[in-house]
Amino acid sequence: MPSELKIVNGRVYDPANDIDGTVKDLCVKDGKIVDSVSKSASRINAHGMVVMPGAIDIHCHIAGPKVNLGRKLMPEDHRLDVHPKTAVTRSGTGGIIPSTFATGYRYATMGYTTAMEAAVPPITARHVLEELDDTPVVDKGFYVLLGNNAFLYKLLKEGRKKEFKEAIAWWVNSVHAYTVKLVNTGSDELWKGRKNANITDVNERIDHYDITPSFVTESFIEAAHELGLPHPPHIHCNNLGHSGNISTTLDTMKAAQGRRAHMAHIQFHSFGGEMNKNPVSGAREIIDYINDHENITTDVGQVMFGKAMAMTADAPLAWMLRNVKIDKWVNADTECESGCGVLPFSYQESIYTHTLQWAMGLELFLMSKDPWRVLLSTDHPNGGSFMNYPKLIRLLMDSAYRREALQHINQKAVAKTVLPELEREYTLNEIAIITRAGPARALGLKNKGHLGVGADADITIYTEDEDREQMFNAPRYVIKDGTIVIKDHEFATDHKGKLLHSKPGYNEDIATEIEPFFEDYYSVKFSNYAISEDYLHEHEEVPTNPKS
Amino acid sequence: MILVPGRSQKQGTSLNKGKLKDEYLEVTTTAELNEQDMRRLKLSNGDKIRLKSDIGQTVVTCISKKEEDLPSGMIFIPYGPSSSQLMGSDTAASGMPMSKHMQVEVTKVKS
Amino acid sequence: MPEAAKPKESKNIRIVKDATCTFCGCVCDDMELTVDLDAHRITKAKRACVLGRAWFYEHTLEDRPVVLIDGKEATLDEGLDEAARILVDAKFPITYGLSDCPCEAQRVAVDIMDTINGNIDTTTSVCHGPSGMAFQGVGESTATLGEIKNRADLVIYWGGNPAESHPRHFTRYAVTPKGMFIPNGKKDRTVVLVDVRKTPSTPVADIFMRVKPGKDFELLWALRALVKGKKISENIEEQTGVSREVLDDLVERMKNCQYGVLFMGMGLTMTRGRHFNSGAIYSLASDLNEFTHFVAKPVRGHGNVTGADNVVSWQTGYPFGVNFNRGYPRFNPGEFTTSDVLARGEADAAMIVASDPASNFPKKAIEHLEKIPVISMDVKETHTTRLSRVRFAVATYGINTGGTVYRMDDVPISLRPAFDSPFPTDQEVLEGIRQRVKKMLSGSKARVAA
Repeated sequence: MPSELKIVNGRVYDPANDIDGTVKDLCVKDGKIVDSVSKSASRINAHGMVVMPGAIDIHCHIAGPKVNLGRKLMPEDHRLDVHPKTAVTRSGTGGIIPSTFATGYRYATMGYTTAMEAAVPPITARHVLEELDDTPVVDKGFYVLLGNNAFLYKLLKEGRKKEFKEAIAWWVNSVHAYTVKLVNTGSDELWKGRKNANITDVNERIDHYDITPSFVTESFIEAAHELGLPHPPHIHCNNLGHSGNISTTLDTMKAAQGRRAHMAHIQFHSFGGEMNKNPVSGAREIIDYINDHENITTDVGQVMFGKAMAMTADAPLAWMLRNVKIDKWVNADTECESGCGVLPFSYQESIYTHTLQWAMGLELFLMSKDPWRVLLSTDHPNGGSFMNYPKLIRLLMDSAYRREALQHINQKAVAKTVLPELEREYTLNEIAIITRAGPARALGLKNKGHLGVGADADITIYTEDEDREQMFNAPRYVIKDGTIVIKDHEFATDHKGKLLHSKPGYNEDIATEIEPFFEDYYSVKFSNYAISEDYLHEHEEVPTNPKS
Repeated sequence: MILVPGRSQKQGTSLNKGKLKDEYLEVTTTAELNEQDMRRLKLSNGDKIRLKSDIGQTVVTCISKKEEDLPSGMIFIPYGPSSSQLMGSDTAASGMPMSKHMQVEVTKVKS
Repeated sequence: MPEAAKPKESKNIRIVKDATCTFCGCVCDDMELTVDLDAHRITKAKRACVLGRAWFYEHTLEDRPVVLIDGKEATLDEGLDEAARILVDAKFPITYGLSDCPCEAQRVAVDIMDTINGNIDTTTSVCHGPSGMAFQGVGESTATLGEIKNRADLVIYWGGNPAESHPRHFTRYAVTPKGMFIPNGKKDRTVVLVDVRKTPSTPVADIFMRVKPGKDFELLWALRALVKGKKISENIEEQTGVSREVLDDLVERMKNCQYGVLFMGMGLTMTRGRHFNSGAIYSLASDLNEFTHFVAKPVRGHGNVTGADNVVSWQTGYPFGVNFNRGYPRFNPGEFTTSDVLARGEADAAMIVASDPASNFPKKAIEHLEKIPVISMDVKETHTTRLSRVRFAVATYGINTGGTVYRMDDVPISLRPAFDSPFPTDQEVLEGIRQRVKKMLSGSKARVAA
């Protein structure tokens, strides 16, 4: 059977199954991990190699309208980083926003087999689905932006929590999303309707709706809990990038009231100091709260020095960055649903705030007490490309390398952090947690992030190397759904991943409430809005766990 | 004079019938000049005129427009095969030929 | 499907609600089509504009052979074989068009060119390609059309004539409709039109500004200067045709509106200044965000030209004018744009999908197209199909086929076909060619990166 594979003698890191560097064999059949295979199974001798589940990016921006705007915006970046085709793979371009094919292949060449697009205005979901279908190798899903949704705000204003929950479920089902995303809650109305203003406090009343961001957040967390979404609301807090935003971040986490919530790119929300003055690190306060509250998961959103691109549904933030250095800037308003800002950016070692952010991210990682809940991301491309992950892993695993890096950056910023005192080095097991097992658990992906029987056969095999950057940069083998996609560092075949989505149950009567709103305020017909299932390519429904 | 090819409603509806059909060909070979220019060139509605650019030439029918609607020195024509005959291929490294704003000479064609 | 109203003559009638018109970039998705299934034609298109009605009524099933090779009727397989052979044999094959077919077909076309190291370009290059270049330089502040409907109290059209090119742009999206914060429709908006001539669009405007031909850039730059409080030339009226008083008034309106929008037509991209004109519009709108909320938008032409931009961008990183000759995408307008590769005589085979360069390209480009083998796919006979070696008659998207189309504001919409066609779809023809090309180039013949 060509679909049988046995990986022998590898040192396996499978934290979900308490396997920490044990030499053992793995059997694969029909795309899944199994107990045993027949003698005719093909074999990989992984002697001296490290075997891990395929990695999972819980927060990145890789597909859809804002990504494509960013892609179109940067021809000068693409031409410096071409991605030639091979006999089995498509060509493309790289840079900070690679083409879809290059994105999928490049994730694979770092051992990533799943990536979640973190911010999609629902009206553009078809675009996202098409791009994801052209993003090879990896499995993927997306979070739908509902945190500034005009219709949902109307329901909350009217105090109709039940209909609010039903409408959320309608939206997730209609666009085939994985979970809901909140971004700078309440800001859209001020941005579009009050001449580019922004929300500054979670308890501020949102224009026209008489509700507060805090109430909106709390309502989403409650609804998602009741619907039993596999991943809780994925939250980009208010006041991103503003000095002193830790109080906003803490207030937002408290709004969860003990229920599950995922705080996105927490580094950007860990600024101490006072508004409109230079920030200081607030990493300690934030990580202490997270360490003590098991309901919270987070991804760090590490910034890496070099090229980045601000790409966000937080339009006021992009505007603030545009005014720091006037360069090309994109703003894109989506009716009733979202704002968006895109602009090129670069993090520089000599700049105080950039260095502080770099150090804050590492502080958060190194002071985390629970790797299962503090996960690896750069908020690609906002903190830097996902291609920086191997380097970030080395920064976490190698304190000497970190000390060396500290020498060459803004010392004023370093002095505002405790980073030089942190000696911790992540182990391979912990790396496997923050890049594999942890994201899978946070996402509620029971078949991913581990290598137990029944798991998807998404496997990465690395050649052991003291230089962890080099090691994680180039897996020897990448196996996706049981197929050897990368063999001896080269693509052996092309592969299409699948869409991961959830289908929370709901009462379909809610559609009759939503339809009149569409006729008044949308520019597309209600009947043309929801996406039929036959539009999807390969896809998998991840089960929900409803509470009522 | 300056020739400005563009869209017109009739050009839009007739191309749905077919670009090789008479209606489309008629629409795209009818040029508009203002009354003052028509008088100056001793033209009346329906006369044939030859438009000549550095690139080529084409014969079209002319009709008049009021001066307040179309400035002097300008000719409007629904774009199509006729205007292509006059269009230069230099795109100045943009990919876009100079498709509006072409310098043309106008002469009356004796019938 | 909902029940049809009882027909008068034909018995076999079908009503398609919320169908989408793909004639222009407005991509209105609120059509109610009455389809006579026996006659294979649409007899009524409720809510369609004059262009939309022509689009729906004139696309019937014509009695044409599916495939002609050198003018002789052939089978679909023969056509696909010959098309693949032409493409594989060519040294500089190009694909052009793609704005009047769904994204699903566009994706296949890019794949074919990637496979054979060809050149891909869309009608964008002779439409808002310059705006795409301007975007790369300065970005843009933009919005979906529903946002304009809900919020825009100042609407400026520059170098366009929507009344004739996009008739429902005014009535469905930007001028007359009532919106969330525009309760009285047009009464709550100020409409400004800038053009070189009066057009049927002019009566819609509260303010009409006539700019001298080719002086748009100067006028836009003066507006930027005034917005920023800088001095401008005293001869501005002589240069541009617009007086200082009119400009000052417009600047005040722009700075003080609640939500402003600048729509640009091809009157900017096709004339002197090209991408500089588009860049000036984008920059003006961005600058105005220091005072209020302001967006700018090209009014795109063909039904799915915006989809073509998106597909080519996500697959290659660049929006149009892309060359795969080295085994990876390169972008250079003027070098890899179709008008240029034809006029310079470089292309040695062309696949033209759903467009008609032979009737609207520069003369020199058309002359070269006449010399090389051309493969064409179109729903009607055109000047291009007439000069093609292999011509495929295809089904009409949105009338006979489904698929995805992007409205001019990047909103994707799924099509609802009205009646079946015996002709293959663009996607089917392209997939047939792709399959053959890949087979011919399999193994050692594969064209990998140079």
